[in-house]
Amino acid sequence: MQLDPVTMDSFSVVLVWTAVSLYVLGFLAYAVDLANRSQASLAARDAAAKSAVAKQLAGVGARGTAGGDAPDVAGASATAAAAAPPRYLWGRIGTSLTWLGFVFHLGATLLRGLAAGRVPWSNMYEFAMTGTLLITAVYLGVLFWRDLRFLGAFMTGIVSLLLGASSLFYVEITPLMDPLKSVWLIIHVFVASLGTAFFALAFAISVLQLLQARRERMAVAATEAPSRRSMLRTIPDAEALEGLAYRFAIIGFIFWTFTLIAGSVWANDAWGRYWGFDTKEVWTFIIWVLYAGYIHARATRGWRGTRSAWLAIVGFAAVLFNFTIVNMFFEGLHAYSGLS
Amino acid sequence: MTTDRKDPVTDQRTAPARDGSEPLRPSDHVDSDETITQPALGLVGWLRWAWRQLTSMRTALVLLLLLAIAAVPGSIFPQRMANPNGVTQWESDNPGLFPVLDGLQMFDVYQSAWFSAIYILLFVSLIGCILPRTKHHWKALRTRPPRTPARLGRLDAFREERVEGVDAAHAIDLAGRQLKAQGYRVERYDGRGAFSVSAERGYLRETGNLVFHAALVGVLLTVGIGGGFAYTGQRVVVEGTTFVNSLLDYSSMNRGRFVDDAALSPYAMKLDSFDVTYQPYGEAGSGQAGDFSANVSVTHTDGSTSEDAVRVNHPLKLDGDSIYLLGNGYAPTITVRDADGDVVYSDSVPFLPQDTAMTSTGVIKVTDGLPEQLGMVGFFYPTQVPLDSGAFASAYGDLLNPVLTLNVYAGDLGIDDGTPRSVYALDVTGLEQLTGGDTGTDSIELAPGDTADLPDGLGTITFDDVTPEDADPALGYAESVKRFASLQVHHDPSALGVLVFAVLATLGLLVALFVPRRRMWVKATPDSDGVRLEYAALARGDDPTLPDAVEQLSRKHREALEG
Ligand code: HEM
Repeated sequence: MQLDPVTMDSFSVVLVWTAVSLYVLGFLAYAVDLANRSQASLAARDAAAKSAVAKQLAGVGARGTAGGDAPDVAGASATAAAAAPPRYLWGRIGTSLTWLGFVFHLGATLLRGLAAGRVPWSNMYEFAMTGTLLITAVYLGVLFWRDLRFLGAFMTGIVSLLLGASSLFYVEITPLMDPLKSVWLIIHVFVASLGTAFFALAFAISVLQLLQARRERMAVAATEAPSRRSMLRTIPDAEALEGLAYRFAIIGFIFWTFTLIAGSVWANDAWGRYWGFDTKEVWTFIIWVLYAGYIHARATRGWRGTRSAWLAIVGFAAVLFNFTIVNMFFEGLHAYSGLS
Repeated sequence: MTTDRKDPVTDQRTAPARDGSEPLRPSDHVDSDETITQPALGLVGWLRWAWRQLTSMRTALVLLLLLAIAAVPGSIFPQRMANPNGVTQWESDNPGLFPVLDGLQMFDVYQSAWFSAIYILLFVSLIGCILPRTKHHWKALRTRPPRTPARLGRLDAFREERVEGVDAAHAIDLAGRQLKAQGYRVERYDGRGAFSVSAERGYLRETGNLVFHAALVGVLLTVGIGGGFAYTGQRVVVEGTTFVNSLLDYSSMNRGRFVDDAALSPYAMKLDSFDVTYQPYGEAGSGQAGDFSANVSVTHTDGSTSEDAVRVNHPLKLDGDSIYLLGNGYAPTITVRDADGDVVYSDSVPFLPQDTAMTSTGVIKVTDGLPEQLGMVGFFYPTQVPLDSGAFASAYGDLLNPVLTLNVYAGDLGIDDGTPRSVYALDVTGLEQLTGGDTGTDSIELAPGDTADLPDGLGTITFDDVTPEDADPALGYAESVKRFASLQVHHDPSALGVLVFAVLATLGLLVALFVPRRRMWVKATPDSDGVRLEYAALARGDDPTLPDAVEQLSRKHREALEG
């Protein structure tokens, strides 16, 4: 069967919407998972409190932690895990749905590329499609290495929103403009999207880190244990989250460094200079400097922890700004959004 | 999960001052034990204190963040360097605000005093930071691994085993060999009834960090110094004409301060033809132009000739110069004759494109041969269509229905007094408009090959059809008007250096971020009925694989002991 590009492209659009729907379902499943986790955290706390009380009654628990929140601070996940090995069924459903969404998303992206006869990241619509595909791919890939399903709701949420919003940028397939006809389109833009995917993960974890740090601070401050349920009790402590966010951010940073260099090499071929403070160049540089700042902050006394997490968040905000606002509203040589 | 939080017990054992193998860190680094103390009295004390502030982590961080913020306005306001026309436009749109912002150097952000101050301070801080660290690291590279701590059990990763029937000293020999094979630097520390080996790896991490930071200095210096040897010239070349790479032949030229007059190698280049294709009507992206190619014949400095092409993304390299295709357009050929029919002007005049359908404007200046000087402002439409308002527009970039319209002005063009005038603009002060506008005379309107009378019986004007004799008549107007290419000749010997430093920085970064730096100890203590083996490790920086490493070491070690 021979499909003409227009038909393939409309199939691709259908697949995109299927993927978005699946991601939204995945998001819902993950949300239920988080709700269950908070419930589980409460149950675990009750159990822990009970056993502490029992110990105290028996004259064993001399530490007097029955009402205090000390074990909570030390590692809520351990407490919860010890009390009852949780099975997080909804988390697994969420992951399966995300995988399914990913398959459709991948199909949509491949079809778009086939229809256009070139890499599917040549205008804003396509960047959004490929970028979100990579965000999901990195998230799903990381799951093999470590159970980060507590990020699922966050990641599927971001991806559904961005992929759904990408329809705002939809453009028909048109031939490439001359400056885009280069191997650097393939390399530079792809690596930038990959970097963005890792930054996105670091961003999500940093947000959780801030929430977790706040909870830990309040737990320390509270003398009377607040019996509030929270999924935060079931995820790693703020410091572990910070270490995790950092690992993703530095991978993103390496990719971003490469993006910057590859972009300069390309600019040197296409525009006759390797650096010219074009708006897009400036923002790529700003993002690079922000993440260099983040890496430094983590090594600077008084900046590690909450402050450095804020930098990871500001950095990702700049990434999104660079992709949306700068593409659409700032004048410059990078006029390849395909929008007019 | 290992963490980086400071543990008072381990920290005291690994304090930098102890053995010198720790990398040197600014005093406010999380791994540093120093604190910035109040300045000692006296000038030297103050200077020392100020220097330590400048080279501290916090200062570096603040300067980095300031750099990021300071770069923002340059993306909001048009910059003279990148977009001078944008600045002029901004000025006429906001005449009130312009002087204020211009005073703040908002249109020259990246050359501004404040932006320069930030990056210069940052780099001074950087150099002040890496020099002592390099010196220290140089020494550390030759320091032996530190003494085995007394209580290994308190380290980040620890494992204890008992074995029987082995010799403790032999066990440690074996562990030492294994660690060495894994790239550790090892040192034996025996005594007090125990044998131990202390091992350290990952000095490369600090090397990578230093290479990274030093390469950044390299990038900055290469850009700064290399710019002095760079030049960029622009030149518009019409089909069939030749330009010579000499200062005289450029319409604009920027050169660094070390570029002398003789620096340009005098090759010549003739634009034989300019190719472009258009996306046909009815297809996606209809009218989009692409596959631009400026086909040139080059006469090299040694007199030999060759043919080549300048295309987007494929600059032509010649004698260390790179020649780029920046733009293109139409150059209608116009001939003016006086009342007697003698030619007083004949030239192909580049018209600057105004939109994607190549509506173009240009100016024709007839300075001699007529009773008065004539200036003409022209519009060229490659595919002319009338708008509802009666004005014309171009609907397509290719030559389907080419039309040239001209408004004629007569008087003094103001060239004779030597004032430089742009060839693309006509200053109409002191000129009298003869056609178009309110004059009551229609503008001159010509298709290729047409001739029209100039007003007031001044003579005639012809829009020459330059279609070659042997052209296929079916092509219609396709070759009736010459095209021009706007070329940029760029010479920048620093680009390669910048690339080398940038790649070096990336490699340094990879090493600095991913080579784990850790210490391992294996200690064997013989007791009544066997040997107690302790394995411990300590990481510097992030090292999530540390417990695994200890686990593996102990397994391999025991396998070797038993096997
Ligand atoms: C041009 C500005 C700078 C940039 C872009 C930059 C960037 C970076 C990056 C990306 C890293 C991570 C690589 C690694 O951990 O080895 C790093 C680490 C580091 N930088 Fe810089 N840096 C700059 C200036 C400085 C300055 C001025 C200092 C001295 C105060 C400094 C001190 C350090 C230190 C000590 C580390 C190691 C951090 C750690 O232990 O994790 N840097 N820098």
